Amino acid sequence: MKSGSTLEKVLASGQPAVTAELGPPMSADGHEVVKKAQLLKGFCDAANITDCQTAVVRISSIAAAAIAYQNGLEPVMQMTCRDRNRIAIQADLLGAAALGLKNCLCLAGDHQKFSAAGKLKGHPGAKNVYDVDTCQLVGILKKMRDEGKQEGGDPLEVAPQFFVGASWTPMGDPIDFRPINLLKKVNAGADFIQTQGIYDMELFRKQMEKIRNMGLHERTAILAGIIVPKSAMMLKYMDSSVAGVSVPKEMIDRMNKAKAAAGEDKKKMKELQEQEGIKIAIELIQQALETPGVKGVHIQAIEWESAIEGIVKAAGLYPRPQV
Amino acid sequence: MIVGSQKPIDEIWNMVKDYKKVLVFGCNTCVAICHAGGEKEAETIASLIRMKASQEGAQMTVDHMGVMRHCEPEYFEPALDKVRSYDLVLSTACGVGVNFLSDRTGTVPVYPGINTSFYGAVEAPGVFKELCAGCGNCILHLTGGLCPIARCSKTLMNGPCGGTNKGKCEVGPEVDCVWFQIVERMTKLGKLEKLAEIQPPRNWSTSRDGGPRRISMEHIREFEEKEAAKTGK
Repeated sequence: MKSGSTLEKVLASGQPAVTAELGPPMSADGHEVVKKAQLLKGFCDAANITDCQTAVVRISSIAAAAIAYQNGLEPVMQMTCRDRNRIAIQADLLGAAALGLKNCLCLAGDHQKFSAAGKLKGHPGAKNVYDVDTCQLVGILKKMRDEGKQEGGDPLEVAPQFFVGASWTPMGDPIDFRPINLLKKVNAGADFIQTQGIYDMELFRKQMEKIRNMGLHERTAILAGIIVPKSAMMLKYMDSSVAGVSVPKEMIDRMNKAKAAAGEDKKKMKELQEQEGIKIAIELIQQALETPGVKGVHIQAIEWESAIEGIVKAAGLYPRPQV
Repeated sequence: MIVGSQKPIDEIWNMVKDYKKVLVFGCNTCVAICHAGGEKEAETIASLIRMKASQEGAQMTVDHMGVMRHCEPEYFEPALDKVRSYDLVLSTACGVGVNFLSDRTGTVPVYPGINTSFYGAVEAPGVFKELCAGCGNCILHLTGGLCPIARCSKTLMNGPCGGTNKGKCEVGPEVDCVWFQIVERMTKLGKLEKLAEIQPPRNWSTSRDGGPRRISMEHIREFEEKEAAKTGK
């Protein structure tokens, strides 16, 4: 065992792993984290605690992860390269390990321009850091854990023992390069991988075939990303605007049909689409887990943590293994 | 070359309005090529300031002039006495020129007339594009000659990230993803496998992060000193 985290143990047991996602609030309200943690607890092996996703200021990943941990939910803390140099990153990693955190997902981080993309003012004029990139960050975590050394070479008397993760966009541009992209993260030391949300399962399977031919599925645990769709509009947006995500037309049609069944009733429109979205998510989970080389699923119900229980149960993934 | 762009006249006016005798001082190299701060642009800015002054009822003299380069003493030293006779110099050189001049004008302040934007090239007539970040540790041999430090929004060394969308950067559809281009270029060069190598964390001390940088070429100094001694200058 590298970290002894539940996520690591479930994967080692050979059973499909389930991770979910918890978005910390844009305020100092720790109770919000507790509330969300209670919705997820028991229905996943660990939950990602996002690190200021879309570059919006929120409770830090480490603080929210510590709250989740104290409330019985195993966290996967996230660490982006956007906001910290290697000094701050390593200091935070030591602190996180001292707080009992065991999983860390390494990310480049969304560009600060995203913070003002919606209704928020955000901080589009912020300076980004990118002292190191994701591959380098993965390498730093591995070096700290396995060699007991800081990036600069100074020894760590007590080394942080993280189960190290990275993200992967299997269908991102340029698509032929994406397997090499994964190879680099695995070579750098990624123990597990969570993918970008997958809707086009056929294309994902083609990419996974390449990954198996490279033997990467045996060197890292790949968790397929499932983003629970809420509406036809969301699917259309994801298809047209989110990098590395393509949504088959039939799936958008299917959601539109669910919407149309509500007639003019707006409330019902929402309900029916959400029900259909949950069905789609369950099917995607099952298809992903049938894909050779996939070791689990990473289910994101964005600002909809309450949906996870039903999805995990209906997908036959409940109860979670006791390891 | 160094590419710059003119500051808005209102911003310039706020800088100069309290001075009585202003020199708009152009530089006829890089910033002249990008139509931001050559002698011609200095002339235009001077007349804009005069117009603004007359609108505001302010009494001031505004002249303009230009030299070949603000960044070498031999070009501006002949003009230094004249420069020092003004209350304010509004330099339309790049930031290098403003700094270099400020160290040499005594009590006369030197303010910037343009924004120094980047090191770039002329992509099309009137279009300038950033291509180098001056990071002090060139790695272009690893990336097919295309720079991820200058051209990737996240200065990634092991790109692309997950934000590449149809060849464009997640920052916006007007920004090309340089890592997409690097992959294309390395494929064309038959060197794609080089991109599978992990580039380790960089030493940024050669960049801005190491403090102001200086290069001293002793052999050039010695040569110049000898030449000066020979000619008795």
